[in-house]
Amino acid sequence: MTAPTTDPQRSALRRIARDPLSRRKFLALTGGTGASAAFLAACGDDDDDETTTSTTDEMATSGDPLADFGEGDLGIVNYALTLEYLEAGFYAAVAKSGLFKGNERALIETIGKQEQEHVDALTATAKDLGGQPAPEPKAEFPLDSAKEVVKLAATVENLGAAAYLGQAAAIQSPDVLAAALSIHSNEGRHAAVLNVLAGEPVTPDGAFAMGADAQTVLDEVQPFLA
Amino acid sequence: MDQKIQSAPELASIEVDNVSRSAFLMRGVLAAGAAYGALATGPILRRAFAQGGAGDVDILNFALTLEYLEAAFYDAAGKEVPGLSGEVADYVKTFGAEEQEHVDALAATIKDHGGKPVKAPGVDFGDSFADVDTFLQTAITFEDLGVSAYNGAAPMLESKDLLATAGGIVQVEARHAAAIRFAAGEPPAPEAFDPTLNEDEVLEAVQPFLAS
Repeated sequence: MTAPTTDPQRSALRRIARDPLSRRKFLALTGGTGASAAFLAACGDDDDDETTTSTTDEMATSGDPLADFGEGDLGIVNYALTLEYLEAGFYAAVAKSGLFKGNERALIETIGKQEQEHVDALTATAKDLGGQPAPEPKAEFPLDSAKEVVKLAATVENLGAAAYLGQAAAIQSPDVLAAALSIHSNEGRHAAVLNVLAGEPVTPDGAFAMGADAQTVLDEVQPFLA
Repeated sequence: MDQKIQSAPELASIEVDNVSRSAFLMRGVLAAGAAYGALATGPILRRAFAQGGAGDVDILNFALTLEYLEAAFYDAAGKEVPGLSGEVADYVKTFGAEEQEHVDALAATIKDHGGKPVKAPGVDFGDSFADVDTFLQTAITFEDLGVSAYNGAAPMLESKDLLATAGGIVQVEARHAAAIRFAAGEPPAPEAFDPTLNEDEVLEAVQPFLAS
């Protein structure tokens, strides 16, 4: 396999994901070894997330970034929708850039189309939940070279997969959870193939993928918001 | 749909059980009913609802069985596939080690929850290792199946900690699936929404690889 990534964004993700509380939870759960520790990261706030509507206001006042997107599942869906908008917008810009030809172009177009399908599904889900779908954010992406774009795409997809994983345990509705899981593994597939193209490991976290909490993810995407 | 519910009395009991779980199960069961006929859905429901608190351990043992199969598959592939080299050889080694980590973690978790881990099944991979292409095709089957199995079972887990665990594993299965597909020249992510399978569908799919 290729050497582990040294991308500063991913390193930051890991640092946060490997907080001692999460590691303790993991070890308590599996009795596992250090090599496989920390995959429960970003689930340290489960207890707060497993709330009913009555405590959602508390989440808002305690600075939960998801509260800005809506209450409960709606907040999670709109957060995911915002990320999917960013991904779809990114691939649309990449396709227009003309940086890719042949098989790579076809792959990127397919991935972009799937992100758009996620956007459409999450928009419908937000409405089904009785909410207002999050608006498409304005974003700008550096598109200087094919090599840099592949690297950025890999970073975006690894982050997207980690974002879904970080929310899975907080979703209340079984229908929303089932949909989120089927999108989550699709993002994992995107991440894997882009990691291959970028010369990064297929499974950078090892046998247990790590989740990322909303604040971490939003901090990571902040530089791309116009 | 209504007709199917009437012909499977077990479905009527859904609403008196756990409502949040029932909505998901209902959909899966009705899908199975559509595919295999309503009579096939009865046993699925009985298993799902007769267990109460033991449900999570049963789901973990179901996952453990799959992981045993995957670990054994890569282990045998590393010894038997002629001419393995380059990235595919790397995948066999790395992915096989990761499946074994899943086996170990699931077995330990089952014990922590007071359950007894199932034993590794006897396996028969037939001609899967005849050459690299045949191996890759079978590996795609296993990894895609793993993704669909976890995605199908995870929403039924009562414990949110275990759900997070399963999520961390299923993403790795999805990554394996994509890399193997890409190496085989197949679309790495064939669908925007990975399909789910229920336990009976998964068991049917792995049946050819279980030693009789």
